[in-house]
Amino acid sequence: MSEVLVLVDEIDGEVKKVTFELLTAAREIGEPAAVVVAAPGTAAKVKESLAAYGAAKVYVAESDDVANYLVTPKVDVLANLVGAKSPAAVLIPATAEGKEIAGRLAVRTGSGLLIEAIGVESSGGDVVGVQSIFGGAFTVKAKSTRGTPVVTVRPGGVEAVQAQGAAAEETVEVPAVDAAKATTVTGREPVVGGDRPELTEASIVVSGGRGVGSAEKFEVVEKLADALGAAVGASRAAVDSGYYPAQFQVGQTGKTVSPQLYVALGISGAIQHRAGMQTSKTIVAVNKDAEAPIFEIADFGVVGDLFAVAPRLTDEVAKRKG
Amino acid sequence: MPNIVVLVKQVPDTYSERRLAEADHTLDRESADAVLDEINERAVEEALLIKEAQGGEVTVLSVGPERATEAIRKALSMGADRAVHVSDPALHGSCLLQTTRVLAAAIGKVDGVDLVIAGNEATDGRGGAIPAMLAEVLGFPQLTHARKVAIDGTTITVTRETDTGLTHLSATLPAVVSVGEKINEPRYPSFKGIMAAKKKPVETYTVADLGIDAAEVGLAAASTTVLEATPKPPRSAGQRVEDSGDGGGKIAEYLIGQKLI
Repeated sequence: MSEVLVLVDEIDGEVKKVTFELLTAAREIGEPAAVVVAAPGTAAKVKESLAAYGAAKVYVAESDDVANYLVTPKVDVLANLVGAKSPAAVLIPATAEGKEIAGRLAVRTGSGLLIEAIGVESSGGDVVGVQSIFGGAFTVKAKSTRGTPVVTVRPGGVEAVQAQGAAAEETVEVPAVDAAKATTVTGREPVVGGDRPELTEASIVVSGGRGVGSAEKFEVVEKLADALGAAVGASRAAVDSGYYPAQFQVGQTGKTVSPQLYVALGISGAIQHRAGMQTSKTIVAVNKDAEAPIFEIADFGVVGDLFAVAPRLTDEVAKRKG
Repeated sequence: MPNIVVLVKQVPDTYSERRLAEADHTLDRESADAVLDEINERAVEEALLIKEAQGGEVTVLSVGPERATEAIRKALSMGADRAVHVSDPALHGSCLLQTTRVLAAAIGKVDGVDLVIAGNEATDGRGGAIPAMLAEVLGFPQLTHARKVAIDGTTITVTRETDTGLTHLSATLPAVVSVGEKINEPRYPSFKGIMAAKKKPVETYTVADLGIDAAEVGLAAASTTVLEATPKPPRSAGQRVEDSGDGGGKIAEYLIGQKLI
């Protein structure tokens, strides 16, 4: 069975959930080989969890250059591995950085780039990427016609399933950086993640819309989110009105999420918003307006005042969790 | 005096319904209203701000069908100096790789480019990869997802903002920059600007003019191919109840029934 390279997404030795999703997807089409391109000492920290999700191999490319230059060291390592190992495909998380790595890798290796896949399949010897486009209005299956398919996989697109892998280590080189073409990283200010999960990685998302009415009142959305262990999202209308910061916007011009449960509070459900959340497994909506389009796609809807319904739900959830 | 090329693109309005053409699974551009992608206006604005501070020239570049002239006119009326429009029926259905090659070749038509500015992510394709791919083809450093750009001589510094936080970047020109939502507030074209735009030069090229064989671009030669496209059956509405004081409790019951809490 041929190898499928999976670029490991980690922060300070802590593996991001999307990596496990990619390892799970990789098992559908071949033998997962995790690629760690990171600061020295990282592989030792992440190896065990990679093995737990079925990594048969772990390619270790460690160098201080990885943190000092933007994107290109990871492209260099993957390009060398594509040349040396002829993998069936390369799977990369569809994050801001991942999309850039994938794009450059496709250019450099002359390969087809399949973006934002929600799954991969093997069909007649080809690797097929399954994509959900225009906010879930179409499901598209596509393949690369040349080179090694480079696939970016959307966080939350695949459900991570554990499987034991050997995680056999092999050290590979991080090629020297060409300073004229490279971008130097002179400093970093990581987002201080609160206690809430990341929007695109969360299995439950609670979002507020125009109906929330003010920035202060968004507290009612946050309280329900915290009771459920959920991420907080906002509609474009809420963001444009200044109720909530733009990085939490769900919709066509914001983030696309597909959690197990999406709770929409005071959101009318314009196409713009639905495009970012309608692939959620279960949708619950609360809105005063019985005609709100959000009810057309909600599995469970309550016509009522969110300020009455949400706090009650928050209490019920808290009670159940004890 | 940096010589700047700004990439602009006409996209379907996200408030209108978007479809795929049945015949070849490409975007049905006729079925949706087209607008200049919001993020492109910010890219144009940033180029104009740099020009106003340091001099130089701003060239707008667009690859796309005839309709793209609307996006080009908008950018020129904001204050860009000239435009290059690559329009060729052979480009229909081009993949990201082919599009990048065409963009790079068109940039090659502009003398002594110091800076290429693009939006970080188009709202239609959402690949988010074109600026980085272009940097790869041109052999320029990439400074992408910028919320702040500063140029001092041949040194460019950028504050990059993504979900993971801020990253401070530095590189030597020529370079490729992509701008994010927070970079600036684009200006509205003035009446004077709109009138002046009509007289600004727009060069139109076919792919052959760029030295690219038409057989190497478009759907038939694309590096990816769509095997099937299925419209998702619309989600149907589920249960709906009126809140009579226990709406929160009813949701809780539903979620327990679905094993979600």
